[in-house]
Amino acid sequence: MLSNKSTVQFHGTKEQEEQLKNVIHELKDEKGALMPILQKAQDIYGYLPIEVQTIISDETGIPLEKIYGVVTFYAQFNLNPKGRYHISVCLGTACYVKGSGDIYNKLMEKLGIVGGECTPDGKFSLDACRCVGACGLAPVMMINDEVYGRLTVDDIDDILAKYE
Amino acid sequence: MKSLEELKSIRERMHEELKIRYEREEYYQAGSAEGLENGSQYRKHVLVCGGTGCTSSGSQKIREELEAELKRNGLENEICVIKTGCFGLCALGPIMIVYPEGAFYSMVKEEDIPEIVEEHLVKGNVVRHLLYDETVKHGEGILPLQETRFYKKQHRVALRNCGVISPEKIEEYIGTGGYEALGKVLTTMKPQDVIQIILDSGLRGRGGAGFPTGMKWKFAAANEADQKYVCCNADEGDPGAFMDRSVLEGDPHVVLEAMAIAGYAIGASQGYIYVRAEYPIAVERLTIAIGQARACGLLGKDIFGTGFDFNIELRLGAGAFVCGEETALMTSIEGNRGEPRPRPPFPALKGLFQKPTILNNVETLANIPQIILNGAQWFASMGTEKSKGTKVFALGGKVENTGLVEISMGTTLREIVEEIGGGIPHGKKFKAAQTGGPSGGCIPAEHFDVPIDYDNLIAIGSMMGSGGLIVMDEDTCMVDIAKFFLEFTVDESCGKCTPCRVGTRRMLEILEKITNGQGTMEDLDKLEELAEHLKTGSLCALGQTAPNPVLSTLRYFRDEYISHIVDKKCPAGVCKALLSYKIDADKCKGCTLCARTCPNDAITGSVKEPHVINQDKCVKCGACMEKCRFGAIYKE
Repeated sequence: MLSNKSTVQFHGTKEQEEQLKNVIHELKDEKGALMPILQKAQDIYGYLPIEVQTIISDETGIPLEKIYGVVTFYAQFNLNPKGRYHISVCLGTACYVKGSGDIYNKLMEKLGIVGGECTPDGKFSLDACRCVGACGLAPVMMINDEVYGRLTVDDIDDILAKYE
Repeated sequence: MKSLEELKSIRERMHEELKIRYEREEYYQAGSAEGLENGSQYRKHVLVCGGTGCTSSGSQKIREELEAELKRNGLENEICVIKTGCFGLCALGPIMIVYPEGAFYSMVKEEDIPEIVEEHLVKGNVVRHLLYDETVKHGEGILPLQETRFYKKQHRVALRNCGVISPEKIEEYIGTGGYEALGKVLTTMKPQDVIQIILDSGLRGRGGAGFPTGMKWKFAAANEADQKYVCCNADEGDPGAFMDRSVLEGDPHVVLEAMAIAGYAIGASQGYIYVRAEYPIAVERLTIAIGQARACGLLGKDIFGTGFDFNIELRLGAGAFVCGEETALMTSIEGNRGEPRPRPPFPALKGLFQKPTILNNVETLANIPQIILNGAQWFASMGTEKSKGTKVFALGGKVENTGLVEISMGTTLREIVEEIGGGIPHGKKFKAAQTGGPSGGCIPAEHFDVPIDYDNLIAIGSMMGSGGLIVMDEDTCMVDIAKFFLEFTVDESCGKCTPCRVGTRRMLEILEKITNGQGTMEDLDKLEELAEHLKTGSLCALGQTAPNPVLSTLRYFRDEYISHIVDKKCPAGVCKALLSYKIDADKCKGCTLCARTCPNDAITGSVKEPHVINQDKCVKCGACMEKCRFGAIYKE
């Protein structure tokens, strides 16, 4: 289950916009510049909401729908901001067979958001990922850079409590 | 590197240094390292796995703690600590090996470090209770790792350096014979001789389809152009497959060397490695390796003074599964949406930037230098008639020893699951093994003894794929697994062609209907018909192979589909809509715990009386079953 609605309001600053315009100015004339621009824009804002895409469109003259197309094509680009603690649950086959789907559902229920969203206080965001390659520890989830392996549904409360 | 002599002198020096990690036979016989020849400047080598699996279970901290402890004991000049790539046995991480003894410590904890240092590294007594239990021999001595069940049947070619050398030191790679094949090719062979060796070896692409590698090279070599490209597909996207990552993390130079050899063979001077951004450790080690190879003159201009130029650049993916398809990968390197292009023209004629291009997978490339050094016959002597050499599998799911295994082609599934994998945990029954990821299928127990190679797997409705091998037991619902893979392909379908974009979604909807208990028998016919359209009408392999998980489960586990449709039951107890939780009145003590736990007040009953679940209100969360202390709640 993925959501495209932003649960957090856009708070871009003038400085960020200035920075982005400089980047665009630098890269604009290179061949196939859109991807690098988007990657840099995501570095600046942390994500690529429609407001940021609009700035890029206005500055480069690339139609907004094409930009939206590229942004939504690659999973690495985010339409929603990440929380201070970003949780990604591995739904790769090895983890799925060992019950990571239950872990993911439990987190959605617990946090009151669906995959791709961020809690309104900006604390937790949740995503499913394909395979972190820690199949030996399945099922696995990551909170920021911390990996939690050999999980059961019962572990979730205690783990989340560490981030309270 | 201006000459072969220079390479040779490094190799000879490093060979002495590395001997300690290889020549252990005498040790195992003598039971002691005393008096054995040791060319290393260190007394002992401690190898700590720095692959993704072990890093996830905390090997970084183990290594730091070990280094600190060695310093406290003043041993930092006597004992060296090496961060390696993956040993393969990921389930037992973090892993540490001490040479010359070859003592294999598994699931090492920080608090174990002082004991290992004090007892083993200072006093020379192996800490037996921390060893991987299979290596503990009765009486004196320890069992070599190669003799344990997990490693015994393995044959390491592509993974030969993983977990043995430091991936961040080019000298260690050279010490194991690295870049010798490139030197041999550039100084003694013509490009067509190189292609002939690869053709004769029978090497086929390890990324999925199994196209003969030598043919690919031959086609690209035959096309004249001012510029050609060698690309490496390191966009390993199959969930549950991580062999390419392990090669990149454990032995990155082998990929660089092989690409340079390929460049010489087809007449290319530029290479690109397209690697997943989700593999940060692999990206880092590749970056280091490319830097070192350039600094040593093994990449760049005039390699070995032969006038041959070759450069490699790294390109990062942005999280799109379809970019593992060859034309989509090239479109993505060019900076566009990674959508596939129709073929012909094939990449050997018009590939990256419209120039002749070859694309080889990481594991394929990892075989190349060995083939050049040992000859086509050596490689062709391994494997089956049409599938030569070895294949690496990422063994995962419901199996004891999860991890990375490399076996000769022709090994049976039974040998992999039962012998190497140690069987299914908790005494459960084997149901199926899934190979080939979202493009592959499920192999049932009846084909447990089929020798695994490209053609046999296709004949039984699956495929080799990149090498994920997920074991499933009786608790896995095969309809749910088919749905799982369709969800994946729906998500990852690029949307360019209609059969794949719409067809996968319609198939998924039918599967959802079935797992919700609303399916009809006609739906099975519709699934099969749709599958046929997808196979014949899709533009690229993603769509063409997307129905495989459905077709193979329909072929072998049709009765499970029928249970869902006719009996409205999920035999494995996975599909929520078809389950109901019930209370066994004989076992229920009326403690009221379940009623208090239920989030939806679906359980009623008086104290000390058997309770009842109101099926209309039950949301099937299973909370009551987890809480019940008497095992009175069951699902059916």
